[in-house]
Parts: sequence; C-alpha cells; structure tokens
Amino acid sequence: MTGVRPSVEQETVLDADGIEPATAAVVNPELVAHSLREYVGAWSARIRAGETGVLPVIVGLLLIAVIFQTLNPKFLTAGNLVNLLVQGAVYMLLAMSEVFALLLGEIDLSAGFVAGVAGIVAAELILAANGGWPWWAACLAALAICALIGVLQGTIITRIGLPSFVVTLAGLLGWQGVMLKILGNGGTLPINDRIINDLANGNLTPAAGWAIMVVVVAGFGLVTWMREARRRASGLVAPPVSLTALKVAAVAAAGAIVVLISNTDRGVLVPVRGVPWVILIVLAVLVMWTVLLGRTRFGRYVYAIGGNAEAARRAGVPLARIRTIAFALASLTAGVAGIIYASRLRSVSTNLDGGTLVLYAVAAAVIGGTSLFGGRGKPMHAVLGGVVIAAIDNGMGLQGFSAASKYIVTALVLLAAVTIDAVARRGRTTGR
Amino acid sequence: MVSTGQVLSPAEPEPTGSTSNDQSAPLLELRGVNKRFGAVQALRGVDLVVPGGQVTALAGDNGAGKSVLIKTIAGIHGADGGQVLWNGRAVHVRSPRDAAALGIETVYQDLALCDNLDIVQNMFLGRERTSSALLDEEAMETSARETLTSLSVTTVRSIRQPVASLSGGQRQAVAIAKSVLWNSKLVIMDEPTAALGVAQTAMVLDLVRRLADRGLAVMIVSHNMNDVFQVADRLAVLYLGRMVAAGPADQFDRQIVVDYMTTGESRRRRDDAGPVPPAGEVAR
Repeated sequence: MTGVRPSVEQETVLDADGIEPATAAVVNPELVAHSLREYVGAWSARIRAGETGVLPVIVGLLLIAVIFQTLNPKFLTAGNLVNLLVQGAVYMLLAMSEVFALLLGEIDLSAGFVAGVAGIVAAELILAANGGWPWWAACLAALAICALIGVLQGTIITRIGLPSFVVTLAGLLGWQGVMLKILGNGGTLPINDRIINDLANGNLTPAAGWAIMVVVVAGFGLVTWMREARRRASGLVAPPVSLTALKVAAVAAAGAIVVLISNTDRGVLVPVRGVPWVILIVLAVLVMWTVLLGRTRFGRYVYAIGGNAEAARRAGVPLARIRTIAFALASLTAGVAGIIYASRLRSVSTNLDGGTLVLYAVAAAVIGGTSLFGGRGKPMHAVLGGVVIAAIDNGMGLQGFSAASKYIVTALVLLAAVTIDAVARRGRTTGR
Repeated sequence: MVSTGQVLSPAEPEPTGSTSNDQSAPLLELRGVNKRFGAVQALRGVDLVVPGGQVTALAGDNGAGKSVLIKTIAGIHGADGGQVLWNGRAVHVRSPRDAAALGIETVYQDLALCDNLDIVQNMFLGRERTSSALLDEEAMETSARETLTSLSVTTVRSIRQPVASLSGGQRQAVAIAKSVLWNSKLVIMDEPTAALGVAQTAMVLDLVRRLADRGLAVMIVSHNMNDVFQVADRLAVLYLGRMVAAGPADQFDRQIVVDYMTTGESRRRRDDAGPVPPAGEVAR
C-alpha cells in the first residue's frame, strides 16, 4: 500500500448510496486534514455535526471566569487560582474514576466512600500503634485495598449479572459503614505524616516547577511528533506539521501559565510559592489513564463494550474480565482521590460525605463531556469537569454564598451541560 | 463415489469419498448432518457442498432450519451426527473459535458493529495489532484500507469515520470487509440485504460477488429470490430440516425454488436447463 489515497476513478461503492456531508463531517479532523486550513474547516464541520468535544466546557469555564471576576476581582488572582485547582483535585480524580464506569455504560456510586476507606486505611497504617508504616507503603496498601474492593464489586456485577447501580449503591452504604467502623468513636483521625500531608498541601520549589514543566512539555512534544511522523511514514493522512507545532506550543503555553501563576507568591503572612504537588499527581493519573484508554487493547475494549456489548462479545472480547478490571481501576482511582482528600484535611473524619462526593464526580464527568450511556468520554473530560465544579464552588464561596446556593448553581450547570450536548447531537442523523 | 444427493454440473468439483486433503474436494462439505433440540429434529441428514470461489445461497421457509444450519457451520451449535469435511478432511467445529481457526467468518443479520468506534477500530475489534503493548493504529489503518480498496469499498471522507455516521449499506459493507480481513476462506452471511434499500442492496450483492471472485466461498441465507438469482452460483433449499434440493443456480428458477421451499418437492423443470434437481431423499 502506497501513500496514495484511493483514486477518484475507482469505483466508490460507499459513494453510491449518497453519504450526506453532515454525516461525513464527524471525522476527527486530525485524520483527514492535510493543512491547517483544512483542519480548521473539518473541526468546525465536526462541531456543527454535533461532535462538540471539549468546546462547551472550555467556553463554560471562560464564562464562569468572566462572571466571577466581575463579581469579585479576587477570583482570578494567582492565590485563588492555585487554591481552586487544589480544591478541584479530589473532584477531578473521582471524576476520572467515574469515567471508567460511565464508559461501560455503568455507574459506580461507591467511589466516594471507597475514597474514604483509602484515606482511613492510609491514616491508620502510619500510626505508630499500627507499626508506623512508611508513607508510601501505607498509600500503596490503601490503593491495593481499593483495587480489591473494585474487583469484588466488578465480579459481583459481571459474574452474577447484577446492575452496577445496585451493587455500587450497596457499596456506598457498606464502605461508609466500614470507614466509620475503622474510625471508631473518635470521629477524627489526624494525620501527622509530613509527606502524606504534603501530597495535597506541599509545593515544589519554583525551579523544580519549571524543570518539570519543561520535561513534561518536551515529552508531550516528542511523543506527538513521533506519532505523527510515523503516520506520515506509513502514508496515512497525518495532521500538518504546523498543527503539530501549534499543539505543542499550546501545551507549553498552558504549562508555563500554570507554573507562572503557581510561582507567584500567594502567601498571606509568609511567602508561599511553587507548583502544588497535587497538580502533578492529577497530571500523572490523567496521562496514565489517557494512554490506557486511548492506546491499548484494554481501552479499546472498554469503548467497544460501552458502544455495543454484543458486538464486542462476538468479536471475542472477554466482557466479564474487561468490565471487572474497569471497576477495579475505578476504585483504585477513587483511592487516590481519597488519599488526597485526607491529605488536604490532614485528617480523616466522619464528616467525609462520600455520597455528595460521588454525585459531584459523576456531574464533573458529564459536564466535561462523558456520556452516561457508555462508549463516549475521556479522562480529560473528567479533569475539565472537575475544574468547572471547583470553580463554581470556589467563586460562590468567595462571594459568600451558602452551600445551598452552590448546590443549586451546580445543578443548573450540570443541566446546561447535558442540554448543550443533547441539542448539539440532535442534528445528527444516527447515533444517540 | 459416495452419492450425496447433489446434482453436480460437470464443471464443478465433485465431492469425493476420500478423507485426505484432496485438490478436488470442495472447501466445505456436510454429510448427513443432524441436529436435535430436545424433541425437535432441526436438521435431518443434511448434505451440502460449498465450493470455493462460488456463492452458495441457502433458501428455505421460516423454520426450515437455515439459521440452525449456519450456526452449526459457524460452531455455535455442535452437530449431533454426520460429518463436516473441510478441504476433504473431517473436522469438528465445536465453537466459534474453531470456526475462525478454519477460516469461517459469519456476518450476522444484526451487524454487530460498535457505533462509537470508527471503521478501522470495528474491523480490528478483538484482534487489534499492537506494538510494545500499545495499539499499532498505523498498521491497522493501512490493512483496513487495503482490504476496503481491494473490495472497491472506499469511504468518502475517511475510514476513521465512526460507524454511527454510516448508512445501512455502508455498515453492511464494513461488516463484510471485517469478515474478509482475516484470511477467511468461507464467509457466511445471514440475510445480508434484509434491511437495505434498492441501491444499497445492489452494492452489497456486488460486494458478495467480489468476494467469490477472490476465491472465497460465500454462503448467503436469503428470503429474497431476486437477490438469490442475482448473485448465487449454487442453490440449496431446506424444507423442514431436510435438504430437498441443491445444485447450480441455472437449474432452478423462482417457481421451482418456491415449490421446494413450500412443499419440499417440485414437478416443474426449467425450459432451457437440464433435469430438475431431485429431492435430497434420493441419496438415502
């Protein structure tokens, strides 16, 4: 096969039954465009065809920023923006956990209290009374327990064939009970390990922030460039070099902005500066799950099961195993969120409201563009949705609104996000 | 030579009694295949020859056993009795995996494609190519394009289009192309044109013809006599689980097939053709 595209003279059977331009346009523009101009054309055609991608959530974020900034000029200060990202980290992680379940067309209601279990297990293990595990061993043990919880729930769902809604609802109640049991009568278990507390509260030195930023951007640039060079070499349609450059430049700019903002002194009494560790943790989880879902067989099967489980079964996909692994990864990610949550509060307490957390996580994933019906969504959507939820929470907090108003506004934003998606898709000829 | 009850034109390879891997043996041959579900005898001593490079149409009224027969060949049901010969060699097809290993692919009526995946992803579903644990998208896209091009199926924009955006005929084309991607030797299609319009039906039948021209054996199940006579080289008619007639398509006409389908016998003959194929019982 040479790099030549199929010639026009060739009998084009698919042409024969008259494909409409609107349906032809829903192709990833990267895969059809030869030049930047074509790319922009294909991209806007795709949006008009209802494949809006992350555009609504980006526009939404800009709107939120403008509204809160006009209400309160403190909103867009370096200190508040960093604060917002740190507050949002738990939502972002939990939403990424939820993406695994949502992609299958399932739901995981237990994520919030599975996170709680991770927090309490890590907090207990580092206590001197329990042998004083090193921080990393305690965290790994907590994550392993979460993964096992996921395997247990996934096995019940797939092998016995119960609805995930019910099984994870039982999880929501049961793991809350387990968490409270471990907490005992004390109600609050403080964490005194410096490193665990730093996971959510610590900062890199400004120089380290820049260094990591450069490494991350260089890595991203290299991977992107090599991938596209390989496509060009195999004679496939590859995005234009200008676009590749633009993409890398955009990531570099975003990274630089985050580092610049984070390195601005945001302390009140003592100077505080540097990129928070937790941003790196979220980034690492995001990269890992993006590669897993987008570039491996496992990920492909998750999307296939969410799209048409019967087709996947006939194609030889081991449905039960893939589903169980997906639930295990969902719980594992929830465990990461739980450790961050505990770290941020420097304690684990009975106040942890896993029910609200998990519903916020589902909302974040959906606001970001993940479908509740399975087969559509990305970890990136969860992160963007998490930022939206955190921004609303933070912005309204600055204005002194009550929790009641926050819930109402978050509800409206969730409805708006789903409505935009549904209306955008109505123009499509097929598909949901 | 063992009589199989088939009417064979001189040009065709004759089924031989030999069980060795014989050049003249048809790709697939069934001898006296039985299938029983509880009290229901779904297939009674079915004989069938499916040669390579030809389209064999399987006709029969509802309940005649067409689906059971193709599912038996595809390994979904095991046969209770009788022999299945593949290239003249006796084989046991106990699971779809066995069938796939022999080179038997089935395109089911409900197309079994994932709407949210693109054409390449659907074609390679379950058999993705990887390089160092990551999906090798380039290799898959190149092969998928080669296969589609060789079948003269070319999409308008891109083979990276999600299947959700395709028309019924295009989806059928993708499902068929998927089945030939794997070096398959026999492609079984269950009602491939059932839900399609006129133009799309013509397109799919063209595609069926092209598969046979590539040397594959194609077996289609169809209710539609127009389709059957347009594309089939051979016909086989099932009636209440028995193979009542089988032979080259030019020995049949519509009325004869309908007679066989509805009564299990026909006293008519085609004006321009040789003797009407006798009923399958002749063999026993």
